[in-house]
Amino acid sequence: MNDMTPEDRKSALKGMGTSRKRVEDARFTQGKGNYVDDIKLPGMLFGDFVRSPYAHARVTSVRKDTAMALPGVIAVLTAEDLAPLGLHWMPTLAGDKQMVLADGKVLYQGQEVAFVVAENRYIAADAVELVEVEYEELPVVTNPFKAMDADAPTLREDIAGKMDGAHGPRKHNNHIFTWEQGDKEATESVLSGADVVAEEMIYYHRTHPCPLETCGSVASMDKVNGKLTLYGTFQAPHAVRTVASLISGIAEHNIRVISPDIGGGFGNKVGVYPGYVCSIVASIVTGKPVKWVEDRMDNLMTTAFARDYHMHGKISATTDGKITGLWCHTTADHGGFDACADPTKFPAGFMNICTGSYDIPVAYLAVDGVYTNKAPGGVAYRCSFRVTEASYFIERMMDILAIKLDMDPVELRMKNFVRKDQFPYQSALGWEYDSGDYHTAMDKALKAVGYDNLRKEQAEKLAAFKAGESRSLMGIGTAFFTEIVGAGPVKNCDILGLGMFDSCEIRIHPTGSAIARLGTISQGQGHATTFAQILASEIGIPADDITLEEGDTDTAPYGLGTYGSRSTPVAGAATAMAGRKIRAKAQMIAAYLLEVHDDDVEFDIDRFVVKGAPERFKTMKEIAFAAYNQAIPGIEPGLEAVSYYDPPNMTYPFGAYICVMDVDVDTGVADIRSVYALDDCGTRINPMIIEGQVHGGLTEALAIAMGQEIAYDEMGNVKTGTLMDFFIPTAWETPNYITDHTTTPSPHHPIGAKGVGESPNVGGVSMFSNAVHDAFRPFGLTQSHMPHDHWRIWKTANQLGLHG
Amino acid sequence: MSKKMHLEMTVNGQKVETLAEPRELLIHVLRERLGITGPHIGCETSHCGACTVDFNGKSVKSCNVFAAQAQGAEVTTIEGLGDPDNLHPLQTAFKEHHGLQCGYCTPGMITRAHRLLQENPTPTEEEIRFGMAGNLCRCTGYQNIVKSIQAAASEMNAAKEAAE
Amino acid sequence: MIPGSFDYHRPKSVAEATGLVARYGDTARVIAGGHSLIPMMKLRMTDLDHLVDLQDIGELRGISVNGQSVEIGAMTTQHELIASEVLTEVAPIITEAALQIADPQVRYMGTIGGNVANGDPGNDMPGLMQCLDATYTLSGPDGTRDVKARDFYEAAYFTAREEEEILTKIYFQANGAGYAYEKQKRKIGDYATAASAVLIAKEGDVCSFASIAMTNLADTPIYADAASSELVGSGLDQAAIDAAVAAAIDAIDPAEDNRGPIEFKKHVAGVILRRAIERAISRA
Repeated sequence: MNDMTPEDRKSALKGMGTSRKRVEDARFTQGKGNYVDDIKLPGMLFGDFVRSPYAHARVTSVRKDTAMALPGVIAVLTAEDLAPLGLHWMPTLAGDKQMVLADGKVLYQGQEVAFVVAENRYIAADAVELVEVEYEELPVVTNPFKAMDADAPTLREDIAGKMDGAHGPRKHNNHIFTWEQGDKEATESVLSGADVVAEEMIYYHRTHPCPLETCGSVASMDKVNGKLTLYGTFQAPHAVRTVASLISGIAEHNIRVISPDIGGGFGNKVGVYPGYVCSIVASIVTGKPVKWVEDRMDNLMTTAFARDYHMHGKISATTDGKITGLWCHTTADHGGFDACADPTKFPAGFMNICTGSYDIPVAYLAVDGVYTNKAPGGVAYRCSFRVTEASYFIERMMDILAIKLDMDPVELRMKNFVRKDQFPYQSALGWEYDSGDYHTAMDKALKAVGYDNLRKEQAEKLAAFKAGESRSLMGIGTAFFTEIVGAGPVKNCDILGLGMFDSCEIRIHPTGSAIARLGTISQGQGHATTFAQILASEIGIPADDITLEEGDTDTAPYGLGTYGSRSTPVAGAATAMAGRKIRAKAQMIAAYLLEVHDDDVEFDIDRFVVKGAPERFKTMKEIAFAAYNQAIPGIEPGLEAVSYYDPPNMTYPFGAYICVMDVDVDTGVADIRSVYALDDCGTRINPMIIEGQVHGGLTEALAIAMGQEIAYDEMGNVKTGTLMDFFIPTAWETPNYITDHTTTPSPHHPIGAKGVGESPNVGGVSMFSNAVHDAFRPFGLTQSHMPHDHWRIWKTANQLGLHG
Repeated sequence: MSKKMHLEMTVNGQKVETLAEPRELLIHVLRERLGITGPHIGCETSHCGACTVDFNGKSVKSCNVFAAQAQGAEVTTIEGLGDPDNLHPLQTAFKEHHGLQCGYCTPGMITRAHRLLQENPTPTEEEIRFGMAGNLCRCTGYQNIVKSIQAAASEMNAAKEAAE
Repeated sequence: MIPGSFDYHRPKSVAEATGLVARYGDTARVIAGGHSLIPMMKLRMTDLDHLVDLQDIGELRGISVNGQSVEIGAMTTQHELIASEVLTEVAPIITEAALQIADPQVRYMGTIGGNVANGDPGNDMPGLMQCLDATYTLSGPDGTRDVKARDFYEAAYFTAREEEEILTKIYFQANGAGYAYEKQKRKIGDYATAASAVLIAKEGDVCSFASIAMTNLADTPIYADAASSELVGSGLDQAAIDAAVAAAIDAIDPAEDNRGPIEFKKHVAGVILRRAIERAISRA
């Protein structure tokens, strides 16, 4: 080690900035992952739900005897059985409550009515068929605007007439909340006197995160020791433990929650579902471990959906394109229960980031949450809370305003970007953007794609189309997004009263290797790889010598989990801060060993050296050993640290995305020709992983923009319950992506990192949708609703008279 | 419930026998009766390919095969492609080229890619994308999966040449 | 998604299979590749007591080509169709169509017999077989009989096959015509939004033979006789193609589903057919 150059010593650490190969991959590539359905405990039973075929109905009777008579059936639970325990309802993360099992009525198709427990999943499925449920159908409301009609049927009879909701007054039995931000009066005054106003209804349709692994849990109640162990697909295991304790009455120290390997989350695994609760109750009732794993249809129909925001917007500008104001009223369709996963004070998440990347002097946002006969949810599907909706809204409004002004959409964006010298920037809707350099990013993107030439080519293609020489239109989609991630400061972000800090605990072993545990949980992000890299750079121990653990509440420090791109901004910061505590103690040990004053040594990659005498040093390995075998005056033995990090602000990643597509006006098929994505996520910890995250997020964005939806018919039947109809692109439909970056470190984050996993979804959806719109812009299209599947694109062409 | 049958198969080169109902799906027999949990269940309607195994020399979605149909079959799962001391080039390439994230699709993906390369040792990118279209991935956007398969193909072809 | 229980049978011969089907009547179903049947059973939309697996019946497998005569055993998989060089030589439209069915894994299991016999209007092979004017051989307790593909389909999942019959083989006469199988779908693994199979032969500049069939545009495949007639004898000029497309659109009766409404499907059917005709002409 002494012979190595500083560069060699640094690269041996595989610290920040290295495309370190993932340590998780050995088990995953060899079939040795451990997902919840892989867990098999002795005597384990299997639970399955009887689900409602109706979207709105009274449940007049549930008869279990035929099912109970089937050999191998152990129990059939209904709301009546759960009521004495107070578990027939459960609190949601949004301050509402949700039925665990149908309590007299059902509010959406697929709602859980009874829970069958049997010796295996085959018997359970047979028994589900034998439970006889009588329903009395009620009128169905699937349209959130109609839900607010004076004569609309009351969906939530349990809170009928109770007009004070969790987020302020309710104005209708089907109304959940009104959330207002900004200055209404000033905004409306600016709009009424503006040179130009563009107004549009932007609908971001209902979709679903659909991770490849569905949700599930295994509950094991050890009655001898009074301990409950709960394995499950939890993006926030610690919060699940607290909620489980609060609703079950089991003391929190007697509950151990374990998130094993998780097969993708994307927001779907943030919430608490009836299946989790029922597996716990069933284990308590039967005294045996009980597994519940939903199937794909259950997953798409009942566990948390995303989006479903109807965003009515107005944006005003001067005739030369300087934006003067923004107004937005959103009607949010929450389904039968308000089970959004947002910080408590933000019932519409961070929708108030909807001024985007632009310097808009005055703005107003109001969101009305509404109940309908659809599944509950409203989770952040690969985005921070409602940031995708906000970004889509402003990026569509920018394109629509550009049409109104007869301007190029990029020119309009450039004209209105928050300038580099304006950061930290106070937005009209209340956020302080920490840092950014939007013009540089956009310029780099334009050059990379040859924007001017693309526009020229587009004009030629258009001329050919108009001359009848071609039936295809070229669309150029541009999007510039600013995200708000890393919730968040405890002073304004909590979930169920739990502050949204995160944590890291480090123990250095005597031989100089280490274990670190975090309050987060990876679902594919590669935390075990990247957090070790942060530590390697901070404490000078090679990443390969650091074990990372997450997801076991008995061993990991408390944290709020992984969603909303919060792991790197919050837990990543905690990791760096815990590392710095280690380093501070290591410095004292080194000084003692080198017989100099603490201030006379300094950290150098993997060691402490005497200032001005670099040949005198102690490596971290030597220091670690000394921490365990030397009696150092005034210093406790051992080398451990823990940090709970409460970030001073969110982080604001941004990016410039441009794609080109060719739209066949006759078939509605859109062929994606090229996609360029420039991301600025601040300090880059592992470029390989960042790039992988961007590829994946772009593909999810492609799916959402071009075909993926949870659609209902008027009876409230889900029309997209399998992967035949719920669009997930295969390798064949997915294009290649070009990724790029600029680096603007976060000024308040210990290592300057901002989070990246969700940026490509936030920017990508707008980019793809804008490209479709751009193709039709010459024919007068201002807005058409996603998803842009073949028939909707065809319909646009048809309505514009392009079919002759 | 119908009567269980005595099921015999060769799984990863080993003769195995178990009792199973005819209706049990091969994926459940593998995972629950034989403890082979590499292949996963993702969609149950034969769209996602997470349950892909090699079945009598074909890539097959094992959630769409009844136990009874597998009587006498030769089945290879991800567990049979390599071991820690002797990894399959695809296993190495997927790690090397970041061809996976959450890992849930990976066993099916690699098992399918293995058969693809048996049939077409030098696939173009287009052939890989077409040949892998029965396997969904929600994390990677496929770009690095394609890269991994290309890399494994080169590696395997080079090894074959060296051996000749 | 868990299927109900059944008793399993694996006969070694067609006679044994038809015997089982006859014995158990409508409580029995035969299974070939199973990729249509098993999902339906998992969704509990199909219930049966006896499953008769045809996989061990050697006589149901194989492709034989004798000059222009083609005979395909019902248990021949899509993958085997694609891999068959002799078949591609004599009837390349089958390869072109088979490659557009489902995905690789499903093509390894899915059989031509299962695809044509179960009467699912979404399946690609029935329309193609009508285009090729293929004949199906059915075996039952009273022996075998032949039914033309063009006479086989009655309604969705209803065909001329009697309950106790098994479809054993498909045969047709290839004619070297220009061909195209054109299919629009939302993604790999999807059924067609619209698909069409076209065969066209020319003598000089005049169309001497045409055959057109449409897939997933009605509750059965549609053999568009009138459309073919518009082409035969014509110079395959724009007017003739227009007339053929119009006749085909007239013959179809698509239903609205998640792929789109009727109006859209009719329009796309026309576009797809036109492209298929043009490609077939280019190969004629």
